[in-house]
Parts: sequence; C-alpha cells; structure tokens
Amino acid sequence: MDIFLQGIIKAIELLITFDTEVLGITWLSLKISGTATFISLFIGVSIGTAVALNDFFGKRVVISIINTGMGLPPVVVGLFVTMMIWRSGPFGFLEILYTPYAMIIAQAIIATPIVMGISLAAIQNLPPNLRLQMLTLGASRLQMVWVLVKESRLPLLAAVMAGFGGVISEVGASIMVGGNIKGYSRVLTTATVMETGKGNFDIAIALSIILLLLAFIINFMLTQIQQRQRPQ
Amino acid sequence: MTNFPIIAVQSLIVKRGKVTVLDIDRLDIVPGRTLALIGPNGAGKSTLLLTLAGLLPATSGGLFFHAKPIGDRSSLDMLRRNVAVVFQEPLLINDTVYKNVALGLKFRHMDARQTAERVEEAMTNFGIAHLAKRSAKTLSGGEAKRVSLARAFAISPGVILLDESFNSLDPPTRETIIDDLQKTLQKTKVTAILAQHDREETLRLANDVAVMKEGRIVQAGTAAEVFNQPADEFVAGFVGADTILEGLVMKSIAGLMEIGVNGHIIEASGNYPQGTKVHCCLRPEHITVTRAVTGKTSARNIFDARVEKIVRQAYFYKLILDCGFRIGAYITLPSFEEMDIREGSLLKASFKATAVHVIKSGA
Amino acid sequence: MKRMRNMKTVFAVVAAALLLVSGASMAQAAKKAPAQKNIILTTTTSTQDSGLLDVLIPNFEKKTGYFVKTIAVGSGQAMAMGRKGESDVMLVHSPDAEIKMVEEGFAVNRRLIMHNDFIIVGPAEDPVKIKGIKASADALKTIAAGNALFISRGDNSGTHAKEKALWKQTGIDPAGQRWYQETGLGMGQTLNVASEKKGYTLADRGTYLALKKNIALEILVEGDASLLNIYHVMEVPADKWPKVNGEGARAFADFMVSKEAQDVIKTFGVDKFGAPLFFPDAGKKVEDLGK
Repeated sequence: MDIFLQGIIKAIELLITFDTEVLGITWLSLKISGTATFISLFIGVSIGTAVALNDFFGKRVVISIINTGMGLPPVVVGLFVTMMIWRSGPFGFLEILYTPYAMIIAQAIIATPIVMGISLAAIQNLPPNLRLQMLTLGASRLQMVWVLVKESRLPLLAAVMAGFGGVISEVGASIMVGGNIKGYSRVLTTATVMETGKGNFDIAIALSIILLLLAFIINFMLTQIQQRQRPQ
Repeated sequence: MTNFPIIAVQSLIVKRGKVTVLDIDRLDIVPGRTLALIGPNGAGKSTLLLTLAGLLPATSGGLFFHAKPIGDRSSLDMLRRNVAVVFQEPLLINDTVYKNVALGLKFRHMDARQTAERVEEAMTNFGIAHLAKRSAKTLSGGEAKRVSLARAFAISPGVILLDESFNSLDPPTRETIIDDLQKTLQKTKVTAILAQHDREETLRLANDVAVMKEGRIVQAGTAAEVFNQPADEFVAGFVGADTILEGLVMKSIAGLMEIGVNGHIIEASGNYPQGTKVHCCLRPEHITVTRAVTGKTSARNIFDARVEKIVRQAYFYKLILDCGFRIGAYITLPSFEEMDIREGSLLKASFKATAVHVIKSGA
Repeated sequence: MKRMRNMKTVFAVVAAALLLVSGASMAQAAKKAPAQKNIILTTTTSTQDSGLLDVLIPNFEKKTGYFVKTIAVGSGQAMAMGRKGESDVMLVHSPDAEIKMVEEGFAVNRRLIMHNDFIIVGPAEDPVKIKGIKASADALKTIAAGNALFISRGDNSGTHAKEKALWKQTGIDPAGQRWYQETGLGMGQTLNVASEKKGYTLADRGTYLALKKNIALEILVEGDASLLNIYHVMEVPADKWPKVNGEGARAFADFMVSKEAQDVIKTFGVDKFGAPLFFPDAGKKVEDLGK
C-alpha cells in the first residue's frame, strides 16, 4: 500500500512538473499511434467501404476475416512484422527494425481491421436504398461513396477512436518491433513495462495514469459522439 | 410530339436469380401525364420503377429513353440523370433541409445562384421554405417526406418516379402532402409514375393506370377505363366495384355541388369550387333500383336507367345500368324476381347526394 | 445548426491533430536517417534496468555520432539475435554460451568489461536456514531437500544460465518439481514474484540493490567464487552478415573497454546505493576476478 501511495504522489509530481522524459514518452506515443491510426483510417475506410458496397463471391468469408482481424493479438502482429523486417527478412533492406516506423507499421496493422470492421458495419447499417437514392439524384459513383462515408461519419469517428485506443494501449508489438529504445522508440506502454521491471513503480504509475487519462479522454469523446448521434 | 413516349418499354424481362420478376411486353410513358402502377404487394411495381430509373439492369429486352436504347453504361448514366426516384422512406442525409434539397444540384455542380433559385422554388412548392436551416434529423415524418419530394423536383427531372410514397404517413399529413404534390405535378407538367396502393390517391394523382400482377401488366388505360371496365376478375377485385365517373363542378353552394357528368347533372355533397375536375365514386349498394319512383324519396339524384348487363352473384345480382353514364348497382334476389328484370329493362336508379364520394382529380 | 458546427470543429481538430502528428514523426524519423550510423546492441536486462547504459550510451553517441539501439532482452536471446546477424554487438553475461559462440564463429573479439556478483536471496525468516552457507551449491541442495519454494527466471537469460549451472553442480534436476517455479520474466519482476511468494531466488546484485527498498528479500548467500557475474562484449562478424555494422560494433566495444567507460562503471551506483553496482575489469583475466 505504501508503494502505491508513494507511487501516486511521485506520479502527480512528475505530471505537474512536466517531467521532460515523461512528456517526451507521451508525445512519442501520441505521434506513433496517431500516425498509425491515420494510416489505418485510409486503408480501413476505403477497403471497408468497398467490401460493404460490392457484392462478390466470398464476401461473407472476407467479412469474417475482417471481423477476426479486429481481435488480432498484438504480439502475433509484432512477431510477424519483426520477422518481415529482420535484416534477413524479406523487407530487411528497409532497415526499419527498432525504429518508430516499424512501430507505426505494426500498430497500423493492428488498427486497420478495427477501423475496417467498424466502417464496414457502419456502411452496411445505412438504409440500403440510400445509395440508389444518391445515384438517382445524379451522383457519380465517387460522389455516392462520399455521401455514404459522410453519412457514417459518427461511427467512423468511433472507429478512429477505437483504433487509436487499441494501439496506444498496446505493448506486445511495440516492444518487439520498436525495441523500447530510450528517447527514440520508448512509448508509454513499453516504458511502463520496463520501469515496473526496474522497480521504479512511481514512474510506472505516472505513465499508467497518463495512459488512463488518454483512455478516459478517448472514451469521453466516444460517449459524446454516441449521445449526439441519438435523435432527440 | 406530345404523344411520343418519353420512356418506352419493350419486351422487358428482369430476372432475380432464375425467377422472372418482371415481364412487360409494352409500356409507353407519355410525357406530361401521370401513370399509377397498382397491384398487390409483390406484383413488381417497385421493381419496375427501379428498372425505369436505370438502377436495376434488364435481363433482356429493353428500355428506350427519347427513342434512344438504354443498355451501356453511358446511356444508363444518362437515364439516371433524367429520372428522379422518391423512395418510400425519405432517405435524407444528415444535414440541413436546404442542403438536402440542393443535393442533386450539387452533384451536377450547379452554381450557387441557380441552385438557390431552384431550391427555393422546390421548397416553396412543398411548403418547407421555413425549414431551410433545420437539421434533417429533427424533422417529423411528414416534413421529411416533403423534403425528399422537393429534392427530387429540384433537379427538374424528365420523369419522376414515386414508390408508394405515402404509406407510412398519418391521414391528415398525407392529405396535405398529396395536395401539394398534385399542384406541383400540374404546375411543372413533369411526367410522373407512381407505385400505388390506394385507390383514392390514384384517382387524385393519376391520369392513367396500369394494373400489375406477378410482374406483368394485366390492364392499362385511363383511370376511369380501368376502374369501370376491369379486364378480368383479378383487376375487378383489386380496383373494387365502385363506379368512377369523371366530372366537372358546375355549381357549388353551401356544401352542395352540381357536377356535370356526360351531359347529366349529379348532385353531391362537398364544396370544391366551380370548375374543379373531379371523380365521382358510387358504391353499388348505395344505388336504389325501382320500376318507377313512387311517393317521396330523399334521394336527390334520380335517373332513367336501361339494364345493360346482369351479373349473377352469390346472394344478389349486379346490374350494369346505362343512365347516360354507366353505373353498377346491387339488387337482392327477391326484388330482382319481383321486378322481373331483364337486359334492356327500363328502370329508375336513385341515390342520395351524400352517397356520392367526390375526389378532386389529377391533371 | 449549432451542433453541426460543433461536429465540424471536432472533425477539423481530429484531422489537424492527425496530420500534425504524422508530419512530425516523419520529420523526426528522417533526422536519424543514415543507415550505418545505427548500431544494434543486444544486451541483458540487468545492464539496462540498472541504468548503467543510460549513462554510458549518450557519452558514446555524443563522442562518435553513432546511434545505439539498445535491445534489452535476456542474454540467451541477445546472443540468438547475434547468431542470426540481427545484432551488431552484444553485451552479455553467460560465459559458457559466449565461448561456444566464439568457437562456432558467430562472435568475435570477446572482451571482458566488468563483473558484479550473483546472490541468493530469500525471505528474512529463511525457512530452510541457508543463511551463512558458504558454497552456493550447498545452499541450493538445502532448498531442494526442504522443498522450499525457489523462483527461477526461466527465460534463458544470463542469470538463468548461471542458475542452471549451479543446479548442475548439485546434481539435482529441479525442473518439474513442485517447489520450483519459473516466471519467464526479467530480473526485477522475478524478484517481485519471489518477494510476494516468499521464495528463494538467484539475482544479480545490481538489480537487487536497485529494487531493495520495494521488496521483502534479504541476501542469504554471497561471496562464493562460482557466483561471479561476468560481462563480456562480443562483436558479430561483419564478414558473415553483409548488413552488420562492423565498424560501429568495433567502435562501441572499444568504447566499453576505454578508460572513460571503465571509470564510469567504477563509480556507477555509488551515489544511490552507497556501493558500486559493477566492477570494471577491462584488460584483466577472468581467473583473477573476485580475488
């Protein structure tokens, strides 16, 4: 109990004095996970929309694969990405193992199915005649898709939040492909694991509080959005 | 020119899987007129609308728009740009009423000034100008319907298709929307096709009627033709036994109208202004048939009638009478025998002014 | 209407933030671009967890312009990565495996850097009374005989290798015994587990000292020559793997044996724990250590 209290006091101290290392780690986490989410947004929404709007052989299988992908274990992604970008791996020539790039790639792979699955469901949840309505109002195919994506903007925003929330709190893949290198690829989760191992519970707790705060902010925004979506 | 069809359907077959859902030999959509497609659920009305809108490909046979065959992608796009569909549900986007009505014009990259003009006009036609800045999500069902109608009319389509548009609305709302639609159709002279369930709405909005059954058109003609001379029992059952008479209000005083029908005057309750084109509906059980008029009668309409046709039904006879216009009447078996009715018999047909259901008719 | 505007603001902010963030990270990553500047150092968790590398590496980087990517794993994994050419230089403490690796040609230039020692720690009550036993193997025999809980790293780290070597000396095979549990975790976490479960464990002194204030474990056995914890630096042969940064590896290894680094090692931890965590040994012979 003592350690816990001490930890919290130290954590608050680190937070209110804007400890540069803690701030740096937080900022890097936001940068990496934000970029990964941004990438997953493009890939996820475009593929999700394409799958939702087209009928093709094997569509159910594809949807099942996407839904499975929503629960992709981060360590599996981490292992897979590591093997791909090893010096001896097929993408070894990129020399990006133990870089923020590698973390962005791994996190994007984790977030993309989440964004894809939610946007797929969002587009499928729109009234089926909406796309016909848009076409018959003279929309080109691109204009029609744009309207549908805009109409699902709230669930899509939720998808972004879910994707971001998923990757910023993820540790397995980040530590494997990023290496937890100080000032370079050390993010909130990997730093928390390391500081716990080192017995620096105060810093670990401070990092955890920041992570919790971020999670809270994300969930708060999500809730706001969902409440707003409700017709009054 | 005027009678040259804007859309011509020829030997059109549409299949869903192996099932033929549409099989239409010939259908001409005449410019400036309103056609109602009527028939039971699953008759293919909506499917036909989607095909006419270029949203559902024909399996074989074809569609001609202004005599141009529709088939390849560019012709389909051209058809889609000239046909507007109003679906059953309003299908508004999550934006203001104004933005919704302007949507089709935005797709066409119309400039702001021209867009504003067209949108204002369409909103005024459907009485929603005051809602322009409201969010579409906050509208009532009736208001949303008006927005979706205005949105379709704003693009000035060559043909407008309405798919069972008013089913979900409550009667008073329905009434006022149909009123506005009727006026707008008359004002814009736009060609329209409605998928309909309701007889009365059909009479109010449509000039022509096509009855559909199992993907085919079983009878087509003017509203009065189809309603008064159903081609078979299916059509008769569907359109009902009422007599429909086209007329014109000659005089209208204190809730009583004199309506000119084929050179005769029918008195009816109601107060449409003089000069209104109307349909008079008469239910056969409201017609009294006698050999001669004896004593006092409260019926304001008494006509000489010649029996044209006798149809034996379960517990009564249906008589088709020629009174200068044709009406149907029921008579019980004992009365029928007592009066010794045959084809060609001369009788009196009478009915009250309140028995005449008067419907303001479409263009 | 007002809500619509709010909605738009939220979108704008989110979009702007994402753009900013992606732009910034690209710029940051681009700054570290030159490929041969990067050195991958695979090492054991104890060198990182003690904080020693946090002091040494910035010095090295400032002096040479290299960028060291420290991957702290167990000694076993650190050497496994070297074997595959995924590492440039290794700082490890698993002498038998190291020698084998050099013999097989997977590592070159093995040089002694420093040592500290292992200790056997356990709860203050010391249920099977090992305190004071001189030989570490005897202590382990006592633990086994008393069926007292022993917590093992079980992660192929240098500490784990040392522990297995000690068990070998006793002739007891602890694997699968009820009183023998493997955590598969790092040293710090394993110490925490031992503290919570009131078990014995083998630890390196540096990590134990760093954690001492938070755990209920005491030093019970120490000073045995077989408990020496010796760190060597080894380079991955660049002629074997085209992508290995041989020059960088050599520069780092040279730095580790330099007087500058050795001086840092000598005093590291004194201010915090009152005693150094490591003893610099560059140039010495293994046989002379601990004397």
